Amino acid sequence: MNCDEFVELVTAFLDGALDPATEDRFVEHLALCEGCERYLEQFRTTIAELGELPPESLSPAVRTDLLDAFRDWHRS
Amino acid sequence: MTKLPPDDELVAALRAGDGAAFADVLDAWSSSMLRLARSFVSTHATAEEVVQDTWLAVVKGLSAFEGRSSFKTWVYRILVNTAKKRGTHEKRSVPWTSLLPGDEDHGPTVDPSRFQGPGGAYPGHWRETPEPWASPEKTALALEIREIITGVLDELPARQRAVISLRDVGDHTAEEVCAMLQISAANQRVLLHRARAVVRARLAGYLGVA
Repeated sequence: MNCDEFVELVTAFLDGALDPATEDRFVEHLALCEGCERYLEQFRTTIAELGELPPESLSPAVRTDLLDAFRDWHRS
Repeated sequence: MTKLPPDDELVAALRAGDGAAFADVLDAWSSSMLRLARSFVSTHATAEEVVQDTWLAVVKGLSAFEGRSSFKTWVYRILVNTAKKRGTHEKRSVPWTSLLPGDEDHGPTVDPSRFQGPGGAYPGHWRETPEPWASPEKTALALEIREIITGVLDELPARQRAVISLRDVGDHTAEEVCAMLQISAANQRVLLHRARAVVRARLAGYLGVA
């Protein structure tokens, strides 16, 4: 496997979606190539950082409106 | 975050008018719904309206839920439809014309010039390995990284943004995302991979130790 093929398969690898033969070639390349090992690690870091974004939330006014709407809907 | 009960209990409680159950599900899902809505509309304010309209439609349409998908998937599909409609009305609408990958979804995700050409000693291998990164855990960097990531998400094509928002920012599984967006597993993976590669490249420009 070449590096330019490896970099396109990273997400499939992380999802366990590679067929066994391709996964073998992927892992074999990973063991030999420092650049791709680093690329994979940076992909993992990227995913972890995406997961660290603070949650967005509804404004309190909208939340209250929705809770009221739910109550009204069931009262009527 | 409150752990939500299984679908049948949750839906029964909502149908019975249990306000606490509604507050729980509203608080549990609205953050991820806001992010998903932002894939289709251009401002946070509009995204909030989309989420609000979605919840109103859910409240009124509860009797129509038949349990063919998970309740969450059902709610998110209503969100996607609501957001798409709003997106097409909006001046700065974000295109979501096709469920299939678009033009921006093809081609290499790493600049081909980073790899050796046919004349190189090792064609297809790195010319120079990617630069190592400074640790993002350094707290001084954390805030800037979040700003960078938020900025990149704003620039991504809608489909890529929707998938990465659900998979990596939210914590949805590939199966859930396919069901919510009604795309194939292969499309989902292509969109996610491209979006991740763009974010990685941007972080590399910032974290890379030259």
